[in-house]
Formats: sequence, structure tokens, C-alpha cells
Amino acid sequence: MSLIVDNLRIAFGERVVVHEVSFEVAPGARLGLIGESGSGKSLTALAILGLLPEGAHASGSIRLDGEELLGRSDRELARIRGARVAMVFQEPRTALNPLRRIGAQIAEPARIHEGLTRAQTRERGTELARRVGLPEPTEILRRYPHELSGGQRQRVSIAAALSAHPRYLLADEPTTALDVTVQSEILATFDELVRGSGSGLLFITHDLAVLSRIADHAVVMSEGRMVESAPVPQLLTAPVSELGQRLLAAARRTAFRPGGTE
Amino acid sequence: MTRFLLSRGLLLVLGLAVASVLIFLALRFLPGDVAQVIAGTDATPARIAAIRESLGLDRPLPVQYFEWVGGLLRGDLGNSVVTGTPVASEIAEKAQVTLPLALLSMLIGLAIAGPLGVAAALRRGRPAGFVLSGSAQALAAVPVIWAGMLLVIVFSLWLGWLPAQGFPRAGWSDPGAALRSLLLPAITIGIIEGAALLRFVRSATLGVMGQDFIRTAAAAGRTRTGALLTHGLPSVALSIVSVLGIQVAGLLVGTVLVENLFTLPGIGRMLVADVGNRDLTKVQSEVLVLTAIVLIIGTLVDVIHRLVDPRAREVTA
Amino acid sequence: MSGFSRLLRHPAGLFGLIVVAVLLVAAGVSLVWTPHDPVFTDSTRRWLAPTWEYPFGTDNSGRDIFSLILAGSRVTVLVAVGSALGAGIVGLLLAAFGALTRRWVRESVAVLIDVLIAFPTLLIAMLLAAAWGGSLLVVIVAVSISFGVNIARVTRPEIRTVLAADYVLAARASGIGSWGILRHHVLPNIAPIVIVQLSWGMALAVLAEAGLSYLGYGAPADTPSWGRLLSELQTYIGIQPLSVFWPGAVITVTVLGLNLLGDGLRDVTDPTLSEPATSAGGNA
Repeated sequence: MSLIVDNLRIAFGERVVVHEVSFEVAPGARLGLIGESGSGKSLTALAILGLLPEGAHASGSIRLDGEELLGRSDRELARIRGARVAMVFQEPRTALNPLRRIGAQIAEPARIHEGLTRAQTRERGTELARRVGLPEPTEILRRYPHELSGGQRQRVSIAAALSAHPRYLLADEPTTALDVTVQSEILATFDELVRGSGSGLLFITHDLAVLSRIADHAVVMSEGRMVESAPVPQLLTAPVSELGQRLLAAARRTAFRPGGTE
Repeated sequence: MTRFLLSRGLLLVLGLAVASVLIFLALRFLPGDVAQVIAGTDATPARIAAIRESLGLDRPLPVQYFEWVGGLLRGDLGNSVVTGTPVASEIAEKAQVTLPLALLSMLIGLAIAGPLGVAAALRRGRPAGFVLSGSAQALAAVPVIWAGMLLVIVFSLWLGWLPAQGFPRAGWSDPGAALRSLLLPAITIGIIEGAALLRFVRSATLGVMGQDFIRTAAAAGRTRTGALLTHGLPSVALSIVSVLGIQVAGLLVGTVLVENLFTLPGIGRMLVADVGNRDLTKVQSEVLVLTAIVLIIGTLVDVIHRLVDPRAREVTA
Repeated sequence: MSGFSRLLRHPAGLFGLIVVAVLLVAAGVSLVWTPHDPVFTDSTRRWLAPTWEYPFGTDNSGRDIFSLILAGSRVTVLVAVGSALGAGIVGLLLAAFGALTRRWVRESVAVLIDVLIAFPTLLIAMLLAAAWGGSLLVVIVAVSISFGVNIARVTRPEIRTVLAADYVLAARASGIGSWGILRHHVLPNIAPIVIVQLSWGMALAVLAEAGLSYLGYGAPADTPSWGRLLSELQTYIGIQPLSVFWPGAVITVTVLGLNLLGDGLRDVTDPTLSEPATSAGGNA
């Protein structure tokens, strides 16, 4: 029982952008996917959900608790998305529907998959808002996305992703677009909630410092290829790949001490 | 919000004022004498003098202008120089044909453009999408008058389903007959306007399809199409509302041509006849009324857009 | 010219180029030769079916419809070219006034543009026809005004961008005057947009001519014109319904060609340019 990506290959026509990537996320496990932008990390996550952009084609194998996902119809994948595998996206400014109130979006996966009534949705929404630390939950549910700060919007996205209790959660740089101070708070909330939910986590980032706070094991990707797969403590002390070493050097330059919290 | 309404209202008034000056001046820079033009080349000097006096043409331009505008503000659009009847009541009467025609045309246009425009976007890059956007491109190039003639040939001459021209003498006292005679004209305008609108709906839909929040909705457990329909269509509808103002201008032009094609007693046909009769005071008021309709609807559309789009609404509203 | 060869490889643009070329050749040829005299009436050959001699048949007074359409293309070309020139001049003048003059002039021009946008071309033409009588000049002036305003509106943001650019500020600082800046910096930058707009504007002009000539306020009675031909043939739609096919079809193909040429030019000059508001307005 786990989410297994096996020899995943993603191509736009002739151009291969992800080459034979393989990893496994067990329920409760926390895997980091780290690499520079354009290394194919986000596409890998989108392939799991069957949400690759138009023109991209995935081959290989993605198995969810034993079931093959590649080649399934959009309708079948839709039943899995949000319910068994959920995703938090990078950009809080654009990830939420600007024309809908927060209350209609914060519990959307739960409403779709569990068939909640209007009252149940409101109740779930309030509870979720409280859990992700949004101020004045009942009031904030009546607001529109543009009335919230970036950090608050990202909290909404995290709440929505966890609303239907998915067994696996994909997070694509959920804190990158935020201010550094907000980033740290959100990361703490995120960490706590994911731990509490027991979901398996695939956490995508380009920042080793962030990764070290969230993940236990890491896969390093460079130009669409896996160049290293190691436990996080090992990556923090003795990275093997050239990119791993560069990432570590970059993380050291920022205010980061191995083993420390901040 | 109040500030927005005030500034938008002020802009509308300013627009109407500028429009009225432009219309007034356009009809004053004549080759020769207004009275002469109205009376025709074979009129006697006495008749010309009479016309000049009755129109107040011997007075300075500003006085004439303010007299006209003053009348407009009281709901008096002046009298026809040719028949002497009040213009306002005649416009009100003809509007009973033109407004339903315009409304019906717009509904038909939206009914065509909405679903097919979204479908064209969803089927982009596939044969169905190519056929849809290709036919829309071609239809948007068809002259309204020709489209009307072809529809008359098929539905009136060959199939005999709908009348080829005219409007029942009894008007709307027989709603069925009145509606039947407006159907073919409205379809004519609706198809052509709808084709232009379809291309807009298609590109609006494509724009929304690329938005992140559609992907979020799909990730929440909807199919890609389902995500677009539930989360994307409100945005598309909002963009349609914002171009309705321009559509109205196209619609009015359509009614002018189509009313002549189908000999419908509407404002457009009256305008064409009045231009032919050189009934300048009447043309002046008619053109202003039509322009006012475009400007007012444009303003309404702006206000509606502001009310519907939460991003445009003020937080304190 | 690499832009031109790219246009040749653009299917829509190529179609547009071919249509324009055929139209120009037809108009040119019709000046010196048509199969039959387009205005010669002969009651013995009324409503002849299409044959090699009369490819589109004849009308109620025995005129050859093919020759009438060939001769009518002259009016179409005249109105399209005249309107393009007029709209270009009106548009650039408004744009220049809207960009370079004193603040109150700029603002007044902006208001004027917003109001004029609300006037459909046909309404402007009717207004002018009421004062001056119908003529092709009225059609050209009406399209020039309404489309010129559109050009001014579309180019306005681009002009602002150029005027705020560093190299323009540097040029200003070195003492180059407003008109010099307009000629050397602004015009080259907005030329692609204007050319695309003019192509669409010519399509509008062809439709406007057809509509106004149909209403009797365009081409004079003795001048063959596609719109006028449509209105003449409509009278006999009960007798010879299919005769209205040809004039309408050539108008449609011409308008489609000009629209596609504009699309093609837009794609090869600047793929990010959006469609103009007026192209959503259809038969204006």
C-alpha cells in the first residue's frame, strides 16, 4: 500500500522532459523532491493526478495502492483526485477561484467526494479554517480570495487539500511565493497538519533548508533526471551528486544550521 | 461604490453631451442652406423662408442647439419637418418593433455563441473545434443583408414556414403573428452577431482554461471539463457581459439593415426613410436616441460588471 | 522581407493575400475589359441561366451578373483603400494629439474617442448622408472616422509605453522635439499594430459599402456595386432566388480574406496582440 512512481517519463512530442523517475511514498512517509526550476518536479506531481498540461504525455507506471493510474480516463482520475491524492499548488494568488467565496472553496474536495450538504459544508469549512489557523473562521469564509493575504490564501489551499482526508498529499513549493516570515509559519502549520493526518507526503521544493524541515527522505532531480536519492540527514551532510552539493552550499549561505530549527 | 456610480454617471452625461454636439454640428455643416436642403431644389423662396423660420435657423447656432437639447430634456424630440408629427411619439411607436427585434436577436446570438463558443474552446486542435471556429470566422464575414436573403429563400420561399417580410397591421395585439414576423429577421441578426460573439467566447474560455484555479478545481476531484464548466463559466459570462456594450452597437446596425430587408416598421427603417426625405430635425433626434441607447447600455454593463465581480467591488460596500 | 515570407507560410494570411490579389486584379481588369458591358440592358436576355457566356447568369434587365460583379469590385477597392487611408490619418492624428499635447487636450481627445466608439459606422454614415446626400465619399468618411477612432484607441497604450521608455526620455533630454520623437520612435513601434488594424478596417469598409449601397446611400445609381446589386436582385427574389448568391458570396469572401489577412499579419508581427473590439461587432 503506497504511491509508487516507476520509470516515469514525460514528453512533449519528441522532447523528453522527465526521464525514468522512480520513487515510492508510503502512507505517513515524507518524501522530498528537490531540484532547480525546470527540472520536471512539478510535472511529475501533475502526472500523478493526471493533470499534465496539454501536449504532454506520460509513460512508465504510477501505482496508487496497487492500482495503475497511467492510462486511466479523466473521469476515473477525477474520483481519485482530492479524495485519495490531493495537491497544494505553489501560487496562492491564482490557485483560488476569484469569483467564489472562501467558504465555497475551502471544503470543495470534501463536498465533491462526500456529498456534503450546504450546512455540513459550512460546518466543515469553519472547522478546517480553524485547524489551519485562519483568524475569525466564520467571518473569513464569507470573503473572496482577493480580500485575503497570500499566507491566508495558502492556508485555505492547504485546508482544502486535506478536507477529504486524502491518503497522499502532493505539495508543490507551497511556501515559495510567500514572504520569509510567513513561509516559516505556514510550513509549521503544514508540518503539524500532515503529521496529524497520517497522509503520505510528496513535498516539492528547490530549497534544501525547507526540505530539511519537512521530509525524511529526498530525491534530487536535475534536468528531468533523478541524480540522487538519500535520507535527508545524509543529504545535509554528505551529498553525492553535484547538484546535491550545490543545493547544500546554497542552503548554508542562507541562515540555516544543520539540525537546527531556524 | 457610490463614488464609482457617480463618476460613471458623470461620464455618461458628458458622453451624451459630446454626442449631441457632434450630431448637431454634423447636420449643420451642410453644403448650402439647411432650409434649402429640406425644401428640395424646386422649392419656392417663400417655402424656404417658412422652413427657416419654423426651425429657428435664422438664430445663432448655440441658441438652436440649446433649444434642441432643452426640448430633449423635457422629452420633446421636436417635430418632423416633413410631416409635422412629434418625433418622440413616432420613435415610441416604432420602438415596439425595434426593441423586441434587438432583444430577440441578442438572445439568439447568445444562445448560439455561448454553448458553441465553449465547445469550440474545449475541442481546440480537433476537427470539431476547427469546424466551429472556422464557420464562425466565415459567418462573421457574411453581410447581414445577404444572410437575410438566403434565410428568406430557404424558410419563406422553399419551406414556407415564416413570412418573408412585413409586420402585422394589428401589431402586438396578435402576439403570435408579430413574433412570427420578427423571427426570421432576429435569426438573421442573431446568427451573424452570434458568430462574432462565438469567437470572443472561445478566446475567453481558452483564457480561463489556462487559469490556475481551474487546475485547483480539477485537483479537488472534478474532471477537466467539469472544472471548467463549474468554475470557469462564471468568468466567461463576466467577460461576455463586458462586451455586450459593443454588441449592442452591432445589433442596432443589424436592425437598421434588417428592418429594411424585411420591411419592418421599426426605428431603423424610419431613419433610412428620413435620411432620404432630408428630415434633418428628425434624423438628428433619432441618431441621438440610438447613440444614447448604446451609451446607456455601455454604462449599465460597466455597473453590472462592477456589481458582479467581487474583485471590482469595494471591500466596504 | 522575412515578415512577408512568414505571411506566405501562414495559411490564413496566405488566403487573405490571395483574396486581395484577386480583388485587385479583378478591379484592374474591369477598368479595361469586362465580358459584357455591365450596364448594357437587353430585354431579350433576361434571367438567363449560367452558361460559359454568362457565368453567373443575367438579371431582370438582361445585364451580365458576372460583368456587374467584376465592375463592382472597383467600388469595393476604392472604398477599402480610401477608408484605410482616411482611418490611418484620423487614427494617427488622434493618437498624436492624445499623446503629445497639453493635458486638457489629451483628456478631451480621450473623451471624444470614448464617445465616438459608441457611434456605429452605419449611424455616422446615415448622419452624413442626411446632410450631404448618399455617396461613396460619405461611406469612406464614415469608416475613416469610426475606424480611425478605433486605431487611436488600440494604439494608445503602445504609444504611452514608447513615450515612457528610457531611450525616448534620453532622446527628449538631448533636445529632440515632440514631432521628431513621434516620427522616429513612436511611428515605427505602432506601425505593425496600425497595419493589422487597417486590414480589419478594410473588411469593415467593404461591409459598410455593401450595407449603405443596399440602403441606397452608397454607390450612385449608375455605378455597379455589390451592395447595390444585392438590393436590385432582392426585388426579384421570388422569381430568381439564386441570383442573389453571387454578389453576397463575393462580399463574404472579400471580407473574410481581409479579416484573415489581418489575423495573419497580427500573428507574424506580434502574436500577443489581441483581437480588436470591433471585430466582435461584426457587421458594423
